[in-house]
Amino acid sequence: MTDAVAQDEVRQPTKELTVGEDIAIEMDGVHKWYGEFHVLKDINLTVKTGERIVICGPSGSGKSTLIRCINRLEEHQKGKIVVDGNELTGDLKNIELVRREVGMVFQQFNLFPHLTVLENCSLAPIWVRNMRKVEAEEIAMQYLERVRIPEQAAKFPGQLSGGQQQRVAIARSLCMSPRIMLFDEPTSALDPEMIKEVLEVMVELAESGMTMICVTHEMGFATAVANRVIFMDFGEIIEQNEPHEFFNNPQHDRTKLFLSQILH
Amino acid sequence: MVDAAQSYEAGQHPDMPPPRSEVGVLGWVKHNLFSTPLNAALTILAVWFLWILLPPLIDWMFLDAVWTADSRKECWAKMEEPEGAACWAFIRGRFQLFVYGFYPHDSRWRVNLSFILLVMAIVPVLYDKMPGRKFGLWYAMAFPFIAGWLLVGGLGLQAIDTDQFGGILLTLVIGVTGISFSLPIGVLLALGRRSSMPVLRILCVLFIEFIRGVPLIALLFIASSMLNFFLPPGTVFDLLLRVLIMVTLFSAAYIAEVVRGGLQAIPRGQIEAADSLGLTYMKAQALIVLPQALKISIPGIVNTFIGLFKDTTLVLIIGMLDPLGIGRASLADAVWAGLAREVYLFIALFFFICCFSMSRYSLYLEKKLHTGH
Repeated sequence: MTDAVAQDEVRQPTKELTVGEDIAIEMDGVHKWYGEFHVLKDINLTVKTGERIVICGPSGSGKSTLIRCINRLEEHQKGKIVVDGNELTGDLKNIELVRREVGMVFQQFNLFPHLTVLENCSLAPIWVRNMRKVEAEEIAMQYLERVRIPEQAAKFPGQLSGGQQQRVAIARSLCMSPRIMLFDEPTSALDPEMIKEVLEVMVELAESGMTMICVTHEMGFATAVANRVIFMDFGEIIEQNEPHEFFNNPQHDRTKLFLSQILH
Repeated sequence: MVDAAQSYEAGQHPDMPPPRSEVGVLGWVKHNLFSTPLNAALTILAVWFLWILLPPLIDWMFLDAVWTADSRKECWAKMEEPEGAACWAFIRGRFQLFVYGFYPHDSRWRVNLSFILLVMAIVPVLYDKMPGRKFGLWYAMAFPFIAGWLLVGGLGLQAIDTDQFGGILLTLVIGVTGISFSLPIGVLLALGRRSSMPVLRILCVLFIEFIRGVPLIALLFIASSMLNFFLPPGTVFDLLLRVLIMVTLFSAAYIAEVVRGGLQAIPRGQIEAADSLGLTYMKAQALIVLPQALKISIPGIVNTFIGLFKDTTLVLIIGMLDPLGIGRASLADAVWAGLAREVYLFIALFFFICCFSMSRYSLYLEKKLHTGH
């Protein structure tokens, strides 16, 4: 398999990961266009609570767009998306409600450079959840400890390494106690030696029972944690399966081609 | 003792101090003044210039200057040769006029009090380590209204006509009002111009482009003469107030463009991150986007403020007596006529001190807000 190295580096979860019964996200016949360009074509996807889904596919296949539709960073033009019981429509109040429950981690971290690490983390609890500052900072420190960088709390993001920044970004999302976490290529902008520390945090998050959707090419992570791998190409979901079957027994030609390209 | 000439095993090389000629005063002189032949030549040339220029200037301005006299003739009589040095007695005699304009004598305490209150309002705004800064900021926001009441009167104070405002008082009234109101208005215009609501956007664009396309003098003429045509007959609309509004709007349009530049420099990802955390548009702008955009815009904003402060002299054209107007009026006095150099130097010095302080403060602010990215 790929990168045997990368796979070895991802820790296997130490406890059994289970999937719940409730539906966390439902996408029903979702289409999206950028101008004339048809980016998402008839996406149907149901995610149960506690599921860990990895989405992969060539660049431009629409995978980032798909997860960005889930918290409405992108608007879909046709079909229905229901997140945690709320349907995403043009209603701003509803969108804000969904965004509080859905955390997102970006490829470029997108930390707020003018605020310290602690302020980055406590900002949303204070201003969105109306929490008191002391309380919000306590929670922020708790999550910074969980991603193992409490000692960096007083620094500014610009003073941290890429791996540390991405862990802060994860902590920042977790401070809102989201029920669902979206990861948009969280390790693609990192130097190889920093990928591991971020994946470690993500494995731990999976162990805590978080519903996770990750756009990533870290196949080691997918086999260790995911219960489902989705392959997208040309805006469509081409194939999905549990990771072992997906990697060893791909059904579709395009999936085979893609896997042969990334798994040398 | 470590020795640079010595060779070491790989991985064993110790840290050593830099060569002596590269550090300290000697190193600084070598690197900054004589680093290349051209640099050395320029250094020598500059020193030579100062050598020729400074001594006579200091003689003229200070050593030979006359500080007390009752007329130009008396002034010149006290010098070795007439016009051979500055006659500051003229400025001293007119100093009150330069500061207060024609503000009534028995009410000048109100102007002095306003100056003191102004300093008290500026400190908490500019200096963030002040204890109790929060109250200071509230006070600073109330200051323009308190000062307005003190200066104009009414509500228990004797009312004073704004025609009597003049000199530095007038400059500060226009400058401080323009600066403190044009920043918030400019920020709103910049946000409006980037809004996704077409009507709001077009209104902001039209406003900004109209104001930027018309010279300030034209706007001041509109304020002084044309505005009356548009208002119902008999309405009294104070000239100074009209000028304040025009100057504020003028500078707000420029601030808007400067701030828009700053807003454009903020990566899309910042807004996406704020959105994904559930922040509303207003909160995302106020907490994430504007602090960063304004920081980048500081040089441009201060540049606009300095421009506005100096442009206050244009009110001279519509008959208001700012320091320049007072200076010109004073030169018309036959007793003192002919002392233009002293008057204009004094006015230039006043403006230079104000503008240079703004410029230095902006540098300090940039340094302070730099967070290493």
